[in-house]
Amino acid sequence: MPKPNMSMRGGKGAPQRRAKKGTFGRLMKYLFKYHKAAMLTVFLCLILTAVSNAAAPVFLNNMVGVISEGVDLAETQGSAAAWSAVYPQLLRIILTMICIYVFGIAANTTYTQLMAKVTQSFLHQLRTDLFDGMQRLPIKYFDTHTHGDIMSHYTNDVDAVRQLVAQSIPNLFQACTMLVFLLCIMFYYSIWLSLVVFVGVFFMFLVTKKVGGNSGKYFLKQQMALGKTEGFIEEMMHGQKVVKVFCHEEEAEKKFDAINEDLFADSCTANTFANILMPIMVNIGNLLYVVVAFLGGLMAINELPNLSIQHGFDALPAAAYIGIIVSFLSMSRQFTNNISNMSQQVNSVVMGLAGADRVFELMDEKPETDEGYVTLVNAEIDENGNIAESEKRTGKWAWRHPHKADGTVTYTELKGDIRMFGVDFGYVPEKIVLHDVTLYAKPGQKVAFVGATGAGKTTITNLINRFYDIADGKIRYDGININKIKKGDLRRSLGMVLQDTNLFTGTVMDNIRYGKLDATDEECIAAAKLANAHDFITRLPEGYNTMLTGDGANLSQGQRQLLSIARAAVKDAPVMIMDEATSSIDTHTEALVQRGTDMLMEGRTVFVIAHRLSTVQNSDVIMVLDHGRIIERGTHDQLIAQQGVYYQLYTGAFELE
Amino acid sequence: MVIKQLSKSVREYKRDSILTPLYVTVEVVLEVLIPFVTAALITAIRESDITRVFWVGGVLVALAVLALVFGTLSGKACARASCGFAKNLRKDLYYKVQTFSFANIDKFSSSSLVTRLTTDVTNVQMSYMMVIRVAIRSPLMFIFSIIMAFIMSPRLAWIFVIVLPVLIGGLILIISKAVPFFNRIFKKYDAMNESVQENVKAMRVVKAYVREDYESDKFRKTSDNVRADFTKAERLLALNTPLMQLCMYIVMLIVAYFGARLAVETSGSAFNVENLQAMINYSTMCLMSMMMLSMVVAMITMSAASARRICEVLTEESSLKSPENALTDVENGEIVFDHVSFKYSETAEKFALKDIDLVIRSGETIGILGDTGSSKTSLVNLIPRLYDATEGTVFVGGHDVRKYDLETLRNQISVVLQKNVLFSGTIKENLRWGDKEATDEEMVRVCKLAQADEFIQGLPDKYDTYIEQGGTNVSGGQKQRLCIARALLKKPKVLILDDSTSAVDTKTDALIRKAFREEIPDTTKIIIAQRVASVQDADKIIIMNNGEIDAIGTHEELLKNNEIYRDLYNTQHRGGEENA
Repeated sequence: MPKPNMSMRGGKGAPQRRAKKGTFGRLMKYLFKYHKAAMLTVFLCLILTAVSNAAAPVFLNNMVGVISEGVDLAETQGSAAAWSAVYPQLLRIILTMICIYVFGIAANTTYTQLMAKVTQSFLHQLRTDLFDGMQRLPIKYFDTHTHGDIMSHYTNDVDAVRQLVAQSIPNLFQACTMLVFLLCIMFYYSIWLSLVVFVGVFFMFLVTKKVGGNSGKYFLKQQMALGKTEGFIEEMMHGQKVVKVFCHEEEAEKKFDAINEDLFADSCTANTFANILMPIMVNIGNLLYVVVAFLGGLMAINELPNLSIQHGFDALPAAAYIGIIVSFLSMSRQFTNNISNMSQQVNSVVMGLAGADRVFELMDEKPETDEGYVTLVNAEIDENGNIAESEKRTGKWAWRHPHKADGTVTYTELKGDIRMFGVDFGYVPEKIVLHDVTLYAKPGQKVAFVGATGAGKTTITNLINRFYDIADGKIRYDGININKIKKGDLRRSLGMVLQDTNLFTGTVMDNIRYGKLDATDEECIAAAKLANAHDFITRLPEGYNTMLTGDGANLSQGQRQLLSIARAAVKDAPVMIMDEATSSIDTHTEALVQRGTDMLMEGRTVFVIAHRLSTVQNSDVIMVLDHGRIIERGTHDQLIAQQGVYYQLYTGAFELE
Repeated sequence: MVIKQLSKSVREYKRDSILTPLYVTVEVVLEVLIPFVTAALITAIRESDITRVFWVGGVLVALAVLALVFGTLSGKACARASCGFAKNLRKDLYYKVQTFSFANIDKFSSSSLVTRLTTDVTNVQMSYMMVIRVAIRSPLMFIFSIIMAFIMSPRLAWIFVIVLPVLIGGLILIISKAVPFFNRIFKKYDAMNESVQENVKAMRVVKAYVREDYESDKFRKTSDNVRADFTKAERLLALNTPLMQLCMYIVMLIVAYFGARLAVETSGSAFNVENLQAMINYSTMCLMSMMMLSMVVAMITMSAASARRICEVLTEESSLKSPENALTDVENGEIVFDHVSFKYSETAEKFALKDIDLVIRSGETIGILGDTGSSKTSLVNLIPRLYDATEGTVFVGGHDVRKYDLETLRNQISVVLQKNVLFSGTIKENLRWGDKEATDEEMVRVCKLAQADEFIQGLPDKYDTYIEQGGTNVSGGQKQRLCIARALLKKPKVLILDDSTSAVDTKTDALIRKAFREEIPDTTKIIIAQRVASVQDADKIIIMNNGEIDAIGTHEELLKNNEIYRDLYNTQHRGGEENA
């Protein structure tokens, strides 16, 4: 069975691939689905903001006209007369601008506030959809993907999407709108100078492509070097005690230095490119600025004809030229600013789309299918063995089996009788790991599986709880084909203590109660006593209210196993599966636990997988598995008498791993 | 304090760290001059003075080119300085950790050390870059642009005096509220991601207990909580832009109105069209620089926690050091515990070991048994001085362990740790941890002793097989045998196996012990085990109970006199884990 990778990290840095086509459209659809009105308002506000920003050069142009006129008048008629002549015009311009700016600020405030709200609820939606989708995925998905990889959907990918939605999309939209407005204004004033600006902008594109491309290339290299360094640090930090024991410090330092130097070289280059992009863009903008001023100046001084939408093809008075130059200076600056702004978004757009792609991919994964229709109900059984459904918890259960053909419903008592007939199974079709497995577990029996790692012990239990579905053969639960039983109900009828113990953040009590959400404190404590966990729990600083964090990091492996047994005990299921449930508990405590579980499981079916033969010795039947086949079966005494593989295991001639 | 400690890691990048702000200063001066010269250019155009247009235009081009050069230089120096600083910081941290004792490592925990060496260093690197570049640039830009505004038009520059306090006050208010807010919710955000991680790891439990909907609800609540908090914080921060715009527009309109009046009043001598353009440029520069500065301050404040965490590691003193004039030879494998008590930290209430008296003669084989938590590991960890005894003295080869050079001591006393680790690399590379100069023959010899040679020969690349990180491509028992072989390669005087054969089958376990008996009879061997069979042929068996020695004796003696041992023996004997 593919063992999941326990590494928390991984998937660091940029997702190194491009998004599929249509991802952007899907993202937009997703965004608009829940926030249509808000998003439309945002875009409208963005246009208004762009208008108010683009109004500046027009304003400047008009102001230059007013000032020139005022200054000219002042020279001929004195300043007082000049002032009263230009004042109404000035007032009109200023008032118009105030109006535009009030709108602009209102639009800007609305858009930024709305965007903060929309982004966060969009991310919330995305996260919960992702999480809900993930809960529905089959175990196979988790077995074939590393935890680090799954986690990176929630961290790196959602982060990249956030960047795209919250920053890049509004910025790009605003920049594009601005460019359109500026373009119109430029053409309106002077087509010649517009062409000059275009040449400059073309240059900027070339530079962005060259420098930006290099920056992207080294950025990836840096991410890879960073990943390597972090991987090394992680390995060494977790093995630090071994380093100390072997006095291996110097070698560890030498190896680290080499990797650290590589990272330095790559990140230095990457950062250099990233750092110089801005000054290059800004100063190309500055040069453009000079060229515009200079050419405009030449036109003005020589009174060359201007070509514009405003005046057609015509020579203008010097003052008008100056107005055009001043507004062009401001426009060329805005133009270049917007373009460098856009160039900075390119990386995050690529990364954001790749992130969105991965998020959608996880959402699109096929969920666990469940065609079952037989359900588990509380039942009352009278002396004659008639079964009736009950609303209350009666301590007895029955399978409710509706028959489609005639519309009748039959009930079968839940007993815990599990049979397998000729079951074949492989995690991948090419590699069959279970061959022709046939077994009977009668109610109340304790069935043990013994065999080397990879022999297929855990696989059998994976089929009973339908974490995986069989390829061939039949499995019957109380005579019912388990494929007909609803998965949720099937699993509710099984108490499972799994190989890898996992606890949740919360109190000890919460963790036990996970087995039965409505269990009272008394029930939980009783279960803990059964599992022999009560003793150590009461010795914890806050007893049952002690908080567990980080998968119960403050407990020993053995204590965690005891808790997970208590959790299964409180569930009080008719069938119990214990997969290496006591492997980290010392033999002395194990004997006590066993006494407890034997009491609990009296009259119920138990499947036990254990490494230690002492754990399985008192089973009703022991199955010895080898390479996916049951090679021996019988009670301990029978198997010893057989002098086969079990006997060899028992006498220590074989290795169990 | 923190800054002083961190600045020690700048070292050879001091030059770049100083050059960056210098280049930035020049860059800022040039940028600030550009609007001034542009104004002169417009004046020249207005006055139709073609030679001056050429002349001033030339100056402008020169300024832009120079600004480009210095911008590039500062970008390059800044990258070198910040990446170099990060490199040194990582190195200092790593080297520091190498000097740590077990107690130091326990105090921080491995995963917290990883975070400090990775994420925290990256955060500090970003802040450093900000400090030497933007944090210098913004105030300079601010000051210079105000100066230029006063030079250009002293009668209008008073506007800044009015608008700036509004902007600065507003920014301080927003940032000072937002930063602690963000710090708090970042923690919530991390907690949320940890809960996802927990769910992913525990997916089998979730499915086994049919708790998918329960988990979804739990997550929805957490996520919604994060959403609400983040919305509040981001909305607060989002006030920055409109505030900035408001100030900007006010300045523009006031400059326009009063500028026009001034121009008309003075017939264009105190203010003219070219000044309008320049003044608006300066107000943009001035206001923008404030905004940038506020963002930088926010970022630096947020990374302060990272800086503190790094400093904690850098200033931590190793709790164990080799003494001066240390002994560099261990005479023999004799071990004596003289009234030894031990607790893991000074503040711990409970002693892990209480008043241990013990004599182990050189060459003896000692077994140690006891329940989980009975301090078996604590006992043996004191021998190679992985921890220091709190009270009493541990002697090895007739001398106090604290008198030995640590490297000598640990090379002579080889411990196979309970939680053992193989490193990514070939089997040979892993074995050579025990002895750098080991020949192939020696490696094969120790692997035969540890019963590892047979399975290694069965691997496709034999001794050159690559071991994945964490040794995931060999089984538990194989890993343990490789670890034993690695420890044997040291040719130690004392060999300690801390539950090191738990995944090895009883037969192989017996073969390893047989090999020890025959091949390294002079080495003192201490074996901690769960299985009675693993220790029953030892010279002495120590029964540990709750931090104390419950009994010492041979198998027969203990079977007769000790209840714990008898209990263990009976359970396991019945369980069939009997020696073949």
